[in-house]
Amino acid sequence: MKKTVFFGALVGAGLVAGASAAATLDDIKDRGKIHCGVTEGTLGFSARDSEGNHQGFDVDFCRALGAAIFNDSDAVEYIELSSKNRFTALSSGQVDLLYRTTTWTFSRDVDLKTTFVGINYYDGQGFMVPKELGVTSAKELEGATVCIETGTTTELNLADFFRVNGMSYEPLPVGGTTEAKALFEEGACDVYTTDASALAGVRAALKDPAAYIILPEIVSKEPLGPAVRHGDDEWADVVRWVQNALVAAEETGVTSANVAELAKGTDNPEINRMLGSEGSLGAMLGLDADFAVRAIAAVGNYGEIFERNIGENTPIGLARGLNALWTEGGLQYSPPFR
Amino acid sequence: MSDAAIPQAERFKLSMLIYDSRYRSATIQAVVLTLVLAFVFWIVNNAVTNLAALGKPIRFDFLGDTASYDINQKLIEYSSTDSHGRAVLVGLLNTLLVAFMGCVTATVIGVIGGVLRLSNNWLVSRLMVLYVEIFRNVPLLLWIFVCMFTLTALAPQPRAFRGENPEATMKLWDSIAITNRGIYLPEPLFSRSLGNIDIGIFLISVDLLAILAVLGAGIFAARWNSKRANAIQTATGDRPKTLGVNTALIVVPVLALLVILGFHIGKPALAGFNFRGGINMSAPLIALWLGLSLYTGTYIVEAVRSGIQAVNKGQTEAASALGIRPGRTMSLVVLPQAMRIIIPQLISQYLNLTKNSSLAIAIGYMDLVSTLGGVTLNQTGREMECILLLMAIYLTISLLISGGMNWYNERVKLVER
Amino acid sequence: MADLSYVRLEMLPQKEPPRSSVGVQGWMRINLFSSGANTILTIVAAVLVLMILASILPWIFGGVWNASSLSECREIFAERYGNGTEYACWAVIKDRWHQIIFGYYAPDQYWRPVLGFLLILLAFAPVLFPKLPSQMFYITLASIFIYPWLIWGGTIWSPIIAALGVAVGYGVYVLASRALGSLIGLLLGCAAAILWWSAISGALTDALSSTIPASLETMSSLNLAGFVLSITIGIVAIAASLPLAIVLALGRQSDMWIVNKLCTGFIEIIRGVPLITLLFVATVLLNYFLPRGVEFDVILRVMILVTLFTAAYIAEVIRGGLAALPKGQYEAADALGLTYWQAQRLIILPQALKISIPGIVSNFISVFKDTTLVSIVALNDPLGIANNIRANSDWNGIVWELYGFIGLIFWIFCFSMSRYSMWLERRLQTGHH
Repeated sequence: MKKTVFFGALVGAGLVAGASAAATLDDIKDRGKIHCGVTEGTLGFSARDSEGNHQGFDVDFCRALGAAIFNDSDAVEYIELSSKNRFTALSSGQVDLLYRTTTWTFSRDVDLKTTFVGINYYDGQGFMVPKELGVTSAKELEGATVCIETGTTTELNLADFFRVNGMSYEPLPVGGTTEAKALFEEGACDVYTTDASALAGVRAALKDPAAYIILPEIVSKEPLGPAVRHGDDEWADVVRWVQNALVAAEETGVTSANVAELAKGTDNPEINRMLGSEGSLGAMLGLDADFAVRAIAAVGNYGEIFERNIGENTPIGLARGLNALWTEGGLQYSPPFR
Repeated sequence: MSDAAIPQAERFKLSMLIYDSRYRSATIQAVVLTLVLAFVFWIVNNAVTNLAALGKPIRFDFLGDTASYDINQKLIEYSSTDSHGRAVLVGLLNTLLVAFMGCVTATVIGVIGGVLRLSNNWLVSRLMVLYVEIFRNVPLLLWIFVCMFTLTALAPQPRAFRGENPEATMKLWDSIAITNRGIYLPEPLFSRSLGNIDIGIFLISVDLLAILAVLGAGIFAARWNSKRANAIQTATGDRPKTLGVNTALIVVPVLALLVILGFHIGKPALAGFNFRGGINMSAPLIALWLGLSLYTGTYIVEAVRSGIQAVNKGQTEAASALGIRPGRTMSLVVLPQAMRIIIPQLISQYLNLTKNSSLAIAIGYMDLVSTLGGVTLNQTGREMECILLLMAIYLTISLLISGGMNWYNERVKLVER
Repeated sequence: MADLSYVRLEMLPQKEPPRSSVGVQGWMRINLFSSGANTILTIVAAVLVLMILASILPWIFGGVWNASSLSECREIFAERYGNGTEYACWAVIKDRWHQIIFGYYAPDQYWRPVLGFLLILLAFAPVLFPKLPSQMFYITLASIFIYPWLIWGGTIWSPIIAALGVAVGYGVYVLASRALGSLIGLLLGCAAAILWWSAISGALTDALSSTIPASLETMSSLNLAGFVLSITIGIVAIAASLPLAIVLALGRQSDMWIVNKLCTGFIEIIRGVPLITLLFVATVLLNYFLPRGVEFDVILRVMILVTLFTAAYIAEVIRGGLAALPKGQYEAADALGLTYWQAQRLIILPQALKISIPGIVSNFISVFKDTTLVSIVALNDPLGIANNIRANSDWNGIVWELYGFIGLIFWIFCFSMSRYSMWLERRLQTGHH
């Protein structure tokens, strides 16, 4: 269908039957590809590598979905969205879901008619300053110039933080991370603020990372997670439970290396139900019984995805922190597979 | 023969709508209008249905909600507790500010460049050609980025001004600070200020009003004085000297008022992370202003050049036959005539510059697009309302400018005899 | 007669011009130092030029071409020059030039955009150089179908079937207009073509491509980036806007009040708003204007809005061309008894379009430059690609090299087009007087 789009359009009849609100999963199966909305380029979460392929934490969750539905983790089309058009792209059917470092907030969930189905990264807004300034706390930033990426919740949190603490500041709004980084490095602003996850990545990429510190204050809650269209519960379930499967896999010790072995059956009924050797959870979702096996085999469990893309051994160098499993003092927790 | 020419009372047939030229134009217009209206109805209907399905019916009351974001460059008072509507107003004023500044400098660059372009100095005229060809053949957005990066990379940081032997110093007797965050200029201050009048939307300084009033009165008095001198000249043939009296009439009351108000200059000073005090022109504003002026300047150079070249050479020759010096020939004979050709092009360039100022969003200057079409849109999620309002405002600005252009064109049109 | 001994009878031999007014010295005297003010101007300009060159040239020519990252570049600088001065790290261009030009095409597919570009040059040739044989217009026609195929790929049958639609429509028009009159013929022809494209072509394409498979690798619009994207948007916009612009220009010249006002309103509204707002409409609002569940590719949406934008500007250029025609041309057409459309097609438009070509070319230059704005709506035009490259940890911190390279390519394109348009203008002028 796709290939005829352009010629069709020549007569103004070039309309592709896009996703209708009711049955996204059916549309995806017909189309043979998932349309996944990602960022234009946030190192570690979603960015093009030197060959032009998408790589990153969010991208891997999309790949897991591709593997779960089609047994092909490449059956995903990545659509780069700006913070401006992401919700429109979702509601109009241009993308099937957003894995686009999108903060789950009340108004987005309720007013914008999107449905958030989980949290794949617990984030919070932090500040980074040059060591040279001698600042040790965000409360000492009175009068500072702050680089912010516009169109995100950080802008509002920043205004709130400074207002609550009775301080003034000079905002320097910037279009994207690359620009912000360049301006910060040139000293056009004293402080760079964004989600703590991105902050670590930016710091790692600076010319002299040791000359900058990230201040201890985290001024907001930024739960980032996938969002789907409001009113399509079947599709929301698929996205939710594929993500949960990746977390549950880490909880139960299933990895990409041993998943094939474990899928044959184990003594642990939870693993068996999740991997499809017991019960029919996959069929309830409208997928094959081994959907979780494929997803885990393709991208690994939550921990593996984390370590590969943004973990401590990557240039981003993030600690698990809040994103450790609940058993290890974090917040990542999967509802039971039963 | 003659009775054949008398048309018989034809019965109206449906096919006449197409084949009879009396009706055809009406038919075509009716069809076109129906089609266009149907199309518009279809689109509007789709939009309303789609938005209703999303639970966002078209309403503009979000403009009254708290904006919750800050703006660094502002002409009127604004804080994050103000409404989105006020943020939009701040953005609109910022758009008008950069457009105005850009138009002024682009004109200066263009006129000087256009005259130099025709200079008989080979090097200078080649350089002007080079300037025009380089700047107009590369996208404006790229120039704006280049200006922004040049500024942030080359100008010193505020902290470079600190310490015993600072790396950077303020210019012009410590009154101007050029940093990579912007330029801080001295500001006029009044120690015995008269305060402000709040007219609802913004504050107006009474000091400024008073100065303008005194200045206006002074000019009025000076004109009256000149008129009196003219009258005396026609009556007696002797013209009394007016220059001194006129200058005194204009300058002295203003100076007196300034002294009464306690006028002094407030210099920017380094305090904490940044310079405080003075008038701050932020780096994005300067980058956008420079980019727009240099880019649009090239078009004005060409307009000026073609305007000057279009003036009949005989005019220059006549002027030099009358013994007028080349400089004065240009300013008294050639330019006034060239203006008729230049002005319409100039105004369409002003129009372009104003529209191009929307590129502000790329470097974070908080103009109309960055506020209404940027942060406000993102925070409220009201795409339809924000973008339509944005387009409506730009359309209004454009129509006002082109209305002004038409009015001017009518006025200066050569009355042909 | 009086003695005329005081009158010289033979001419004096011509003297050599004084040394100071010929040769290099003379030239400099006349062109650089003719007066005090001019001398000062020359010196100031020369000093300025030398200062700029002195600061830029070492940076450019001291640059490094072979390195794998910016930090490696810096190491080489430190080794070679030993001081902290920055030089150009051209290695980034060597590493990524293909992405800036070709976007995310696979390297073995680069021939497609290159061929497409050559085809477009060929297609524009008969328009641009009227001396060429008119048969070349067939290439122009064909390229409308071949260029998209080369860029987007897919089966070869879709352009062929789509082109057949034109043939079918034309055939029906010819047959029907003989039997039923030209207006009904035209309507039927359009209807037949639309029917062909909407109902028949899809199934036929599928059937043919399954029996005789011949196809290029499908290229998603999302991978369309770099200069290929800029050029494609520019070309599609100019080609698609031309017919629309002609209709709008004629409409604005028309005596029919409603048609006139509609066209004027459309043109003024589009010309009154900045392109960026139209791009917002394309990326954010266009989906709302279509029925639920129907959507276009984002690149296509941008192309549609850029086309409307261009059409409004070109309509004004063509209107200028129409207004510049002597009134006698219209009257002569009327006197010959030609209908409105015959007169337009045979007399008015060929002349009006011919004098509009320089204006259209300069509009094309503007559109081409304006395609950089799509980077603001998250499409990967050259500036968007530059951002992606700068986001990569290897090339983090690179600015000038990328902007310089992109600027240079834009400059080459735009400068040559503007020279061409000036040449054309001169040629047309001599043709007219």
